[in-house]
Parts: sequence; C-alpha cells; structure tokens
Amino acid sequence: MSDTGTANQNSSNQSYEDVLKDAATTVAEFEEDESFSRKLQNWLHSTPSAVPMFVLLAAILVFGLILGSKFFSPFAMTLILQQVMIVGITASAQTLVILTAGIDLSVGAIMVFSSVIMGQFTFRYGIPAEISVAIGLGAGALMGFINGVLVAYVKLPPFIVTLGTWQIFLAANFLYSANETIRAQEIEEQAPTLQLFGESFRIGGAVFTYGAVAMIVIVVLLAYVLSNTAWGRHVYAVGDDQEAAELSGVKVKNTLIQVYTLSGLICAFAGWALIGRIGSVSPTSGQNANIEAITAVVIGGVSLFGGRGSILGALAGGLIVGVFSLGLRMIGTDPQWTYLLIGALIIFAVTVDQWIRKGTA
Amino acid sequence: MTQQPVLQGRGLVKKFGKVTALQGCDFELYPGEVLAVIGDNGAGKSVMIKTLSGALQPDHGEVLLDGKPVHFNTPLEAQYAGIATVYQTLAMSPALSIADNMFMGRELRKPGWRGKYLRQLDKPAMEKFSREKLTELGLMTIQNIKQAVETLSGGQRQGIAVARAAAFGSKVIILDEPTAALGVKESRRVLELIKDVRARGIPIVLISHNMPHVFEVADRIHIHRLGRRLCVVKPGEHTMSDAVAMMTGAMEPPGETQAA
Ligand SMILES: Nc1ncnc2c1ncn2[C@@H]1O[C@H](COP(=O)(O)OP(=O)(O)OP(=O)(O)O)[C@@H](O)[C@H]1O
Ligand SMILES: [Mg+2]
Repeated sequence: MSDTGTANQNSSNQSYEDVLKDAATTVAEFEEDESFSRKLQNWLHSTPSAVPMFVLLAAILVFGLILGSKFFSPFAMTLILQQVMIVGITASAQTLVILTAGIDLSVGAIMVFSSVIMGQFTFRYGIPAEISVAIGLGAGALMGFINGVLVAYVKLPPFIVTLGTWQIFLAANFLYSANETIRAQEIEEQAPTLQLFGESFRIGGAVFTYGAVAMIVIVVLLAYVLSNTAWGRHVYAVGDDQEAAELSGVKVKNTLIQVYTLSGLICAFAGWALIGRIGSVSPTSGQNANIEAITAVVIGGVSLFGGRGSILGALAGGLIVGVFSLGLRMIGTDPQWTYLLIGALIIFAVTVDQWIRKGTA
Repeated sequence: MTQQPVLQGRGLVKKFGKVTALQGCDFELYPGEVLAVIGDNGAGKSVMIKTLSGALQPDHGEVLLDGKPVHFNTPLEAQYAGIATVYQTLAMSPALSIADNMFMGRELRKPGWRGKYLRQLDKPAMEKFSREKLTELGLMTIQNIKQAVETLSGGQRQGIAVARAAAFGSKVIILDEPTAALGVKESRRVLELIKDVRARGIPIVLISHNMPHVFEVADRIHIHRLGRRLCVVKPGEHTMSDAVAMMTGAMEPPGETQAA
C-alpha cells in the first residue's frame, strides 16, 4: 500500500465502495422468464446437430408415410447408408477443415488421386494391394499436409490454396493414370483388398457394407476427439478466433497443419472406399464429391465461419441428402426435384446458423 | 535497488511498417512488487508487454527472465516459463465454454487409462476449478460454467481472463487494463486479488488508466511515453496529477527517481 501522500485520495475514492461488504455472495439465480425463442436459440447453440437431426427424422417420417414399407424397411435404410458412404467420409474431412474457418476444395481430388495411386501401384508395379493402400493413404495425407503448410505458414487463404491444389491434384491424377481405368473384374480376381469396403454382411433385411460401417466408425471417432480431447477443443478455438487461440497458448500452426493432413488422410480413405463402391479404379470417378461434401456439412449445421458445428451434424446432413434422393426416386419424380430441395435446405441451414449466432453474440 | 529483476526488457524496439511502437524501451519488474504501467493511448504499453510475453518478437533489444536472456517465440513458451498475461483483447474463444477457455492450452486429462490412452479431458475437474476461481473473484453473476463465453457481458469476460491469469501465473502475472470493463464491486475484487497475489510473492505488472487504482496497489509506477519508459516513480513521492502531467508531457520527469 502507498503511504500518506495518497491516503486522502484513496479514502475519498473508496467511500463509495464501503457498501460492498453487504453485497450478495451467492451465485445468481433467476426466474426462468426467458422467451421460448430465446431458449430455443440457446439450446440450438449448445446442440448444433439438433436441427439436422430433426430434419433427418422428419424426412424419414414423411417419406415413410408416403411410400410405406417400401421405404421404411431395413433394406432401404441401409441402402441409404451405402449411398452416402463416400459423402459421409469426405464430409467428415471437410467438417474438420471448416471448423478451423477454412475450406478444403481439394477433398474430391485427393480422394480420386489416392484411389488411383492404390490401383496403379498394385497393377502397374505389382506391389501387394495392402502396401499400395498404405502408400495411397500416405499420399492423401501428404496432399493434405501441403494444403496445411500453405495455409498455416505461407498464410494464404484456404479457399485459394485448395482451389489451386484441387486443379493440381486432379491434373496430376489424370497425367499419372494416363486416363486409364482398372476394371472391376481384374481387381476382383487379383486384388480384392482394394474392394474391401464394397463387401457386405446382412442382419435380417439390412445390408451393411464395410464401407458404411467404416463411415460410422470414422464419424464416432472424430466426434469423440473433437469434444473430449484437448486437440479437439483447439480445433474449435482456432476456427473461432485464431489470434485469441494463439494468445491463450494454442499452437495454431501445428493444429492447422494437423487438421489439413488428417483431412487428406480421411479423403484417401474415402478413395479406398470408393473403389469398393464402384468396383473399378477410375480417374474420372467422384466428380461431385467436393460439392456433395460441402453440401452435407452446411446442411449439417456446421458454420462456414468456423468454430461452430459438429461432425454428427455433418453426417446427418449427408443422410438427409441420401433420404431425399432415394425417397424422391422411389416416388418417381424428376431427379431435379432433389437438387431443388437440397438447394432450399442449404439456404434454410445457413439462415438457422445466422439466427443462432445472432441470438447469442 | 540492487536486487535482480524477475523480468526485464532492454532496449526493446518494435516497428510495424512505418509505425514505431517501441523505441529503445527499458523495463524492470522486481521480485514481489506490483509495477503499474501508465501512459497515453498508443504510447506502446500493450506492445511492450506483448514483447515480454512472447506474443510479439522485438526487432531489437532483449528480454531477460531472472537475469538470463530468453526468446519466447510464442505466448505458450512464456506461459511454460510461468508468465501469465491478460491481454487487452482478452484472448477468449467466444463459442467455447468458460471452462474450455480457462484451460485453453493447458487442459487437464482424466486420471488413469482414459486420460493416458484415450486422451480424455477431465471436464468435471476443469469445471469445478473454474467455478472456484470465479467465486474467489466474486463473479457470482455467472450461472453456468458450461455457458459459451459469447453469452457473457464484457465485464464477466474480463473477470474470467483475470481469473485464468491468476490461476496459472506462477512467476509473473501481467494484466493489461484488467478492470477497464469491470463494475465497482468486480474492480475492487481484482484489486484485492492483485494484493493477494503479491502476498503470495508473485510480482505483477498492471497496466491501467485508472489513477486511483494505480496509486492504491502499485509499489512503483512505470511511466510510458512515445514508445519508451520516461521514468519510474513511487506513489508516495508523487501525486496523481504529477503522474498524469509526466505521462502527457506537461511535466519533466524527476531525474533522480529514474535510477530507482
Ligand atoms: N499489430 C499492430 N500492427 C500495427 N501497428 C500496431 C500493432 N499493434 C500496435 N500498433 C501500433 O503501435 C502503437 C502502440 O500501440 P499499443 O497498443 O501498445 O498502445 P497502448 O499504449 O497499449 O494504448 P492503449 O492505452 O490505447 O491500450 C500504436 O500506434 C498502434 O497503432
Ligand atoms: Mg493497450
């Protein structure tokens, strides 16, 4: 404490603080008189996958009512899982990147190039399929790593970086493969490991491909990591406010590089699953993977501004697209209706995101 | 003073393009003291403490901890060395919870295999600790420790940042305008906290524009002007108006106290 010179100043200054000794000392409790919409906003804020989950259930219910047991059957339900497998896996990768306030336009290119590497290494060089798969996975991780370095160290905007690497990886894919497709039959005879994720098992009427199971395993693992480990919290913090994360002691650059590398690895894994899905290895496959992954993520309630959303939401987003596609196909409408509805859903999802953010900012 | 400073800056220079934020700035923090730093807006106070806490790297000059030169490349390295800082911008992740923010970068893991192999966070322990620290600071109006930081008022956020620094600073605590947004009661608590921390023997750097607060808790006052230290005065030897006059250039600094 200071001495005489400032004592007067202090005492006059402190007099208005004297009443503080009577101040309340318990944790504040309020009557719950918040409006319903305010409560809803808060709840949605803390449960980001709620909206897509609700839309998913509603869609299943509506199509089930219209189409009856044809749609509402174990077979149709597991068919949807099979059809969204690739989207689900690439959307998981995309979610990681978007949570850091980035975007990865190269997910589709990494997926296809990795699958081509797996196929060509097996058939062109005669390397055992298991090793070729490992090399393909490594190549995917390396491509993601390149994205990560350009974003974290060269500090280029993720959109620009991956717009560039998308073209580069895709062109490299065509140049390397010489536009050559490896036929399904050849793969089946000589390297069935490549098609592993197309194989299936049955439980009653339900048909589960290993690919669909793998997708669920990836989603559950990532959901755990994102919400229950320090690394997961850092991913959110980096996307939320990068400078704040850095100042609070997060290794922002490392986290970014890890996220992009992991995204590349998951996409390469999607490439492996893609071989199982279509049977062959084709450099022209998976053309729509990019846009489908981003669509699933956005419908899944993951904010493109970063830091908000969940991987379960992204899976729900992918499933919603799957339910609409199959349901409308079974009804027999023009497939354009699917795109029209998906487009409307995207706009709805972003509107909800804005509303949630506005309510709490 | 013949003691060795805990934290010291020598001839610090920092430029942002054409803007010079620090030009040959010196700084000394001695064991167990509260050092206030005052100066006009834009004088370079925040930049100075950022170069001391690893958030910025000085262009020239050196930072010494316990007399040994150190180079903090990131705030994390300074934190490992025991320097905890409340930045003026607070450095919080708005969408994450209070507990997440309190432990950002130094999370606790569950004991046993779940922490070791599954790397699972010990959320209950982190929430309990956060609640205790906020209660110590008298932040009673925060109802839910799992609440996202963006749902809090500016003052509540500032309180959390102060609680975080006080809980983790083991060697030096730096507070950049920690009471600017706080209410009367909460400001008082922060001042009490500063005295408590000093009583524990941990030195504190307090940047503030609030002269009564500065004169109440500071042992010495570092007056910052135009990117460098103008002088250091003692609260007992000068009045608030003297300090303000020196800080704004209306009065010459006392020659002899500069050596103190
Ligand atoms: N990141 C930056 N880039 C460019 N200029 C900066 C940056 N940070 C600070 N400056 C400049 O450095 C000078 C000192 O800023 P600083 O934030 O240290 O002031 P301060 O003394 O903390 O002021 P205040 O009391 O308003 O917080 C200012 O002219 C400011 O514009
Ligand atoms: Mg400042």
